[in-house]
Amino acid sequence: MSAELGSWGVPVAVLAGAIRVSTPFIFVSLGECITERSGRVNLGLEGTLVMGAMVGYGCSYLSGSPWLGVLAAGLVGVLLGAVHGFLCGRPRVNDIAVGIGLMLFGCGLAFFLGKPLIQPSAARLPAIPFGFWSHSPQIEDALRVNVLFLLGVVLAPLVSFALKRTRWGLIVRTVGESAEAARAMGYDVNRVRTLATMAGGFLAGIGGSFLSLFYPGSWNEGLSSGQGLMAVALVIFARWDPVRCLYASLLFGGASALGPALQAVGVTKGYYLFNAAPYALTLLIMVLSSSATRTSADQPAELTVAR
Amino acid sequence: MSQVSPVPTSPAGASGEAPSARPVKGRAARTSMLKRFEPLIISLAAICVTLLLFGVFLAFDRLNPLEVYEVMFRGAFGTSFSFQNTLQRSAPLMLTALCTALPMQLGLLVIGGEGALVVGGVSAAVVGLAMKDAGPYAVLSAMLFAGALSGGLWIGLVGTLRAYRGVNETISSLLMSYIAIALMNHLVEGALRDPESLNKPATRHIGEANMLGPIPDLDVHWGLVYGLLACLVGFVLMKRTTFGFAAAMTGGNTRAALLSGLPVRKLMVLTCFLAGAAAGTAGMVEVAAVHGRANASLASGYGYTGILVAFVARQNPLGVIPVALLLGGIGASGGLLQRTFNLPDASVNVLQGILFMVILVSETLYGKLDLWSFARSATARKSVRAGAAA
Repeated sequence: MSAELGSWGVPVAVLAGAIRVSTPFIFVSLGECITERSGRVNLGLEGTLVMGAMVGYGCSYLSGSPWLGVLAAGLVGVLLGAVHGFLCGRPRVNDIAVGIGLMLFGCGLAFFLGKPLIQPSAARLPAIPFGFWSHSPQIEDALRVNVLFLLGVVLAPLVSFALKRTRWGLIVRTVGESAEAARAMGYDVNRVRTLATMAGGFLAGIGGSFLSLFYPGSWNEGLSSGQGLMAVALVIFARWDPVRCLYASLLFGGASALGPALQAVGVTKGYYLFNAAPYALTLLIMVLSSSATRTSADQPAELTVAR
Repeated sequence: MSQVSPVPTSPAGASGEAPSARPVKGRAARTSMLKRFEPLIISLAAICVTLLLFGVFLAFDRLNPLEVYEVMFRGAFGTSFSFQNTLQRSAPLMLTALCTALPMQLGLLVIGGEGALVVGGVSAAVVGLAMKDAGPYAVLSAMLFAGALSGGLWIGLVGTLRAYRGVNETISSLLMSYIAIALMNHLVEGALRDPESLNKPATRHIGEANMLGPIPDLDVHWGLVYGLLACLVGFVLMKRTTFGFAAAMTGGNTRAALLSGLPVRKLMVLTCFLAGAAAGTAGMVEVAAVHGRANASLASGYGYTGILVAFVARQNPLGVIPVALLLGGIGASGGLLQRTFNLPDASVNVLQGILFMVILVSETLYGKLDLWSFARSATARKSVRAGAAA
C-alpha cells in the first residue's frame, strides 16, 4: 500500500492521522478555551472525555443512532461541568484539584458502567469521502473525513465570534479578566463560570463520543491517553484563542500520527518513542511560550493555571 | 517570585492554613481544642460522607453497602494476610504522596508522581542489572541511589521549568509522566528487553539474591520502612527546619518571601527534586521488592493515588502515613470485592474519585466548626455589609 506512494506515504498518512486524531483535541480544547476564558481551569475534562465516550457508545448501541450518542455524550459533559462548577464555587476550593478529582471519578465511573459495552458494537458516525477523485486507496482513505471534524472546523470561528462579538462572550471575558469588575456590574461570577464550565463540558463530551463512535471506534478502557489533559496545555499554547486552538489541535494530531505513519512504511524503530512525540511537543511548546518574567497578555487575568 | 507571578494566588488552597475563627474570650480553651482536632474531625466526617455517597452508588447496583464495607474491611485489615497486602501497597503510596505533598508546601501542585516512579524504577533496574554480581547490599544501595536520583532529576526538571521559565508545574509534570511511560516502553521493548519475556516485555530479572527482602517477623518488604522514614524526614524538614519555614513562607505569600530575600527559585527546584526522589524511591521499591524487573506493571496508578493520599492528608507528611494505609487497604480489598460481589476494579476508582471531591469540598468547612465564633463573625459580616451599604 505504501509502496504505491513511495516516500509520499508518510505525509499522506500523517495528514490522515492529523484529521482523525485532532478531532477530539479540537472539541476538548474549544471547550476548555471557553471555560478558561471565564477564569477557571477544568482539568477534569479527561474524565468528561472518557465518560462521553462511554455514554455516547452506550446510547448509540441502545438507540441505533450515533448522533443521539453524540448528544448524550455532550449532556453528560454538561452534568460533569455542573459538578465542577458547583464544587469550585465553594470558598477555598481549588479548581485544579477538583479537576483532578473529577478526572479520577469520571474515568472510574466510565470504566465501572462501561463494562458491559466492551463486547457489543454500536452504530458509528458517518464519514464523507472527499477522495473520490483519486485512484490511490491511501489518498481516498486519508480524505474520508468524519463529520465531527468538519463540525469542529466550523465551530472554532463560531466560538471565537461568540467570545469576541456577543454580549454573552463579553460577560464571560469580563468574569475571566476581573471578577471584581463583573461583580460590580451585577453579574454572578460563580454562575457565569459554572455555565462556561458546563458549555466546555458539552464540547468535551462530544469530543469523547468521537473516540468511541469514529476513531478508534469502539469502547474500551484504554481509549483516551490523556487527550483531555493535553487539551489544557494546548489552550495555553493557543493563547486562549479558539481559532488558534483549531490549528494547534491539527499540529498535535499530526504529531500523534507520526509514529503509526512511520510504522506503516516499515520504520518500526523507535515506535514507542514516537508515542511520546505529542507530549514532548506540548512540553516544548509550553517551555517556549512561557516566560519567567511576564505572563502572556492574552491570558485571562483570573486564571490560576498559568500564574 | 514577583517576576514569576505578577498575580499572587492563594497557595492552591490545599495547605490552606487560613486563619480560622478568631478566638473568643472565655471559650479560648475550647476553641483551641476544636482548632487542634479540626483537621481530624473534618477529615473523618469527609470519609463518612464519602462512604454514604458511595453507598448510594452501590445501592443503585443492588448491593448492600454495609455488606460491601464489611468485606472491604476484611479485605484490607481483617486477616494478617490482607493486612500485609495493605502494608505492601501503602509503601509506594507514602512515597508518591510525598511527591505531591512536598511541593505543595510551596504552593506548587505537582501531579507527576507516576512518571517519577516509572523513571526511578527503570533506572533502578538498569543499575541493578549492571551490578548484578556485586553483592546484595551494594546492589540495593546503588539501586536506591539511582532510583531516587533519577526520580529527583525528573521532577526537579519540572521545578526548574516552573522557577526559571514560568511553565505551569501541574501540566508539565503530567506530560512528563506520559513521556516517562513511553520511554519505559521504548526501553523494555528494545534495548533492555529480556528475550524470555514474551507476552509482557520486561527487563531481565535482577536476581533473587538481590531482591529487597521482608522485614523480620513481618512478611512485608523493607520498602515500608523507606516510606515511613521518608514521611518522617519530610515532616521534620517541612515543619521543624528553616528550610521548611522558608517553603511555608513561599507557599503562603511568594512576594513576601522574595522581598525578605528568600531564594524562592532554588527552594522550588530543591523541593521538587526531593519530591521526585521520593517517588523514584517508590519505583525502586516496586522493582527491588515486588517485580524484580521493570515492566509496564510499574505504571499501575500508584502515582495518581498518591495525589489523592496527599490531599486527604492535607499535604502533611505525617498525615500521609495513616491515609496511605487507608487507601492501600481500599486497593488491597479490590480483589476480594471482585470475587465476592463481582464488582469491577473500577469501583475502587469511583470510590477514590468521590473521596477526592468530598475532601476538597470539606476544605471550605475549616474555621466554621467553631459555632460561637462563627455566629459572631456572621454578625460582624452583617454589620460590615450594613456599613458598606450605608
